[in-house]
Amino acid sequence: MRKLLVSPAPHIYSAENTRRIMMDVLIALAPSLLVSIYFFGFSAIQLVVVGALTCVGVEYVIQKYLLKTEVTISDLSAAVTGVLLALNLPPNSPWWLMLIGSIVAIGVAKMTFGGLGQNIFNPALVGRVFLLISFPVLMTDWTIPESWFRAGVDATTGATPLALVKEGLAQGLSVEEILANSLDLSYFQMLFVKTGGSVGEVSAFALLLGFAYLLFRRVIRPHIPVTIFLTIALFSGIFWLIDPNQYMDPLFNILTGGVLIGSIFMATDYVTSPMTARGMVIYGVGIGVITMLIRMFGSYPEGISFAILIMNSVVPLINKYIKPARFAKEVKNG
Amino acid sequence: MKKTFALGGVHPHDHKISAGAAIEDFPVLSRVYISMAQHLGSPSEPVVAKGDRVKVGQLIGKPTGFMSACIHSSVSGTVASIEPVADLAGNKVNTIIIDVEGDEWEPSIDRSQTIVREITATKEEILKRIADCGIVGLGGASFPTHIKLTPPPGKKADYLLINGAECEPYLTSDHRIMLEMPEQILIGARLMMKALDVKKCFFGVEENKPDAIASLRRFSSEYPEIEVVSLKKKYPQGGEKQLIDALIGRRVPAMGLPIDAGAVVQNCGTALAVYEAVQKNKPLFEGIVTITGDCTEQQRNFRLRVGTPFNKMLDAVGGLPEQAVKLISGGPMMGKAVANIEAASVKSTSALLVLTEEQTKRKPQTQCIRCGKCVQVCPMGLEPYLLNKLAKVSRMDELEANRVQDCIECGCCLYTCPAQLPLLDNIRVGKGQVIRILRSRPKK
Ligand code: SF4
Ligand code: SF4
Repeated sequence: MRKLLVSPAPHIYSAENTRRIMMDVLIALAPSLLVSIYFFGFSAIQLVVVGALTCVGVEYVIQKYLLKTEVTISDLSAAVTGVLLALNLPPNSPWWLMLIGSIVAIGVAKMTFGGLGQNIFNPALVGRVFLLISFPVLMTDWTIPESWFRAGVDATTGATPLALVKEGLAQGLSVEEILANSLDLSYFQMLFVKTGGSVGEVSAFALLLGFAYLLFRRVIRPHIPVTIFLTIALFSGIFWLIDPNQYMDPLFNILTGGVLIGSIFMATDYVTSPMTARGMVIYGVGIGVITMLIRMFGSYPEGISFAILIMNSVVPLINKYIKPARFAKEVKNG
Repeated sequence: MKKTFALGGVHPHDHKISAGAAIEDFPVLSRVYISMAQHLGSPSEPVVAKGDRVKVGQLIGKPTGFMSACIHSSVSGTVASIEPVADLAGNKVNTIIIDVEGDEWEPSIDRSQTIVREITATKEEILKRIADCGIVGLGGASFPTHIKLTPPPGKKADYLLINGAECEPYLTSDHRIMLEMPEQILIGARLMMKALDVKKCFFGVEENKPDAIASLRRFSSEYPEIEVVSLKKKYPQGGEKQLIDALIGRRVPAMGLPIDAGAVVQNCGTALAVYEAVQKNKPLFEGIVTITGDCTEQQRNFRLRVGTPFNKMLDAVGGLPEQAVKLISGGPMMGKAVANIEAASVKSTSALLVLTEEQTKRKPQTQCIRCGKCVQVCPMGLEPYLLNKLAKVSRMDELEANRVQDCIECGCCLYTCPAQLPLLDNIRVGKGQVIRILRSRPKK
């Protein structure tokens, strides 16, 4: 008689797996990646390749030789970290900056906690913030490298829109004057080709395309990005209504300073974000508020990286106390 | 928008391959094996002895307690032996083995095709017929139906809900009876309404069976107290608590029963059995069974006598295919894996499903990536990743505080987990332990 397999129900499983999910994140990043290669050329390719290879390499070496555990690089999570970090650096960053960032991201932020699923802080963000603190000049050098797209044109500096505004305001200019002085700040520019900013931020449209893909594939739920957007809109909207000459409008605040890439790709990192829908909303509101506080009162013009990292540290607490909506509304006694 | 339950749920691929196959009579075999443990509760006691001659529909097992049921012969012939026989899991249960001779039915059974519409029986008579005919819930748990139709003192049902969701992939037996015997089912529902003294019945069917919905609705005008509701397709819609939420928007309290939400849920197959018992005097000794699988030669629906061995059932669809690795009694989400292929069918057997290695093999586990998908799909609003962790280290207090006892073992979490963690395997163990502790605790 044939031996039959016997195991408890359920007997079928969905096709989801970790690798497929990470692959989807990479696919969702592809539009932004292509746009940045178009604008920044070799420099963007170099950053992404160095990032992905270093992250995967570091994870491999640590798992194989240091921890002597199963090597799990094929789940692609390290590759995602590498690509994300690359997309978060200024386009003109040297390759060795990327290398250092990747080593910190995987070696320190991920593997010391026990690898995928164990870390508290988003590895790519830890890498980015580490670089920002250690190499402040390089990390805010927004020189646009030469590419096929702008071949022959002199390298230009494209200060980030937020920095432009912050600087302008500090010089006593009004928002209207700042906008009049800069060609790069129209909404059309910001939606499609905003060259001031990190590698992955060129086109808001490309990032939103990735967002739509992630939602369509049900890789992420909309809760976190949407609450961040709404919180930033509300927060900045209040100030903007009070004095539109001192504060930028809500849409500007959402389209600039890494809010899109941060909300869509960093804040939604499974490992470092809450498990329940309610928790996600609290987390999103927290990120939005902290981002705006940093922008208005802090010394960094951007702020979302720090906001996400700060909220990362609250996630274990959120998971402990914020329970999902239970099915049963009451408990029967006796 | 179509109705459905509020929390969680998954959408496994339908695979209702046998949906188009009309119900056929399964040939009566030369020998059947009728288990005395076919229901929730204590096993029945044989009332026949070796060598006795029995007819189709004759009582051969009587109930041994409150939660027990009558068992009737599904064939005519001679009792060959009464002995412990391995069930599908390999556990020995007392079984009456009958050698078949001819097909002689109890004369009291109305075998005509006429539909008996008029309800003459009183509430008490209906309940007695249901008990005497050994009707048990055919939705899975095999709860004796007459008990479910008798709410405990102080409790009153407001609604009768009929489950025609058939939300498990592959299964089509309920679909076929709704299509082929809609009026009988509706009369069965009315009989149960009378037994329960309720004025309204909702009949939930998932939208992927439009023909069944149409077939039931054809008689709606005649039975205005029964409303056929088309439900969005989502598993586990057929779970009692989910169906109540979907149809009447009420939530059964934790540790409570449907009656605590004023509802009694019965499967549509049970409604058919009730009709046959009360109106046609026919005990429950045969049922509609889907025999299917993507790898089987055929996929068919049969009217099958209780006590037919699984291997004989497989012969009817071309035998056990080469690539088959797992046999399931019931659906792929909640059915039981068959360890003993020679075990026989019971009253509640609704399907025999054949799965290939590719379909059913668990993939290698990775670490939990904390994606929260298990939380998202849990229809009870639990945190499977957390319960899994707690169950592995036997933290009973925390398991209880995180409501492991509410788990309905639907399997949505394990089905979904991208890390392929055996969530439900561990949660089931933890739940069992916590429920034991809760039961031993003095009641307030
Ligand atoms: S679905 Fe699996 S991997 Fe995702 S949180 Fe739940 S247990 Fe972890
Ligand atoms: S098996 Fe239990 S824990 Fe898992 S999804 Fe179903 S009810 Fe939730």
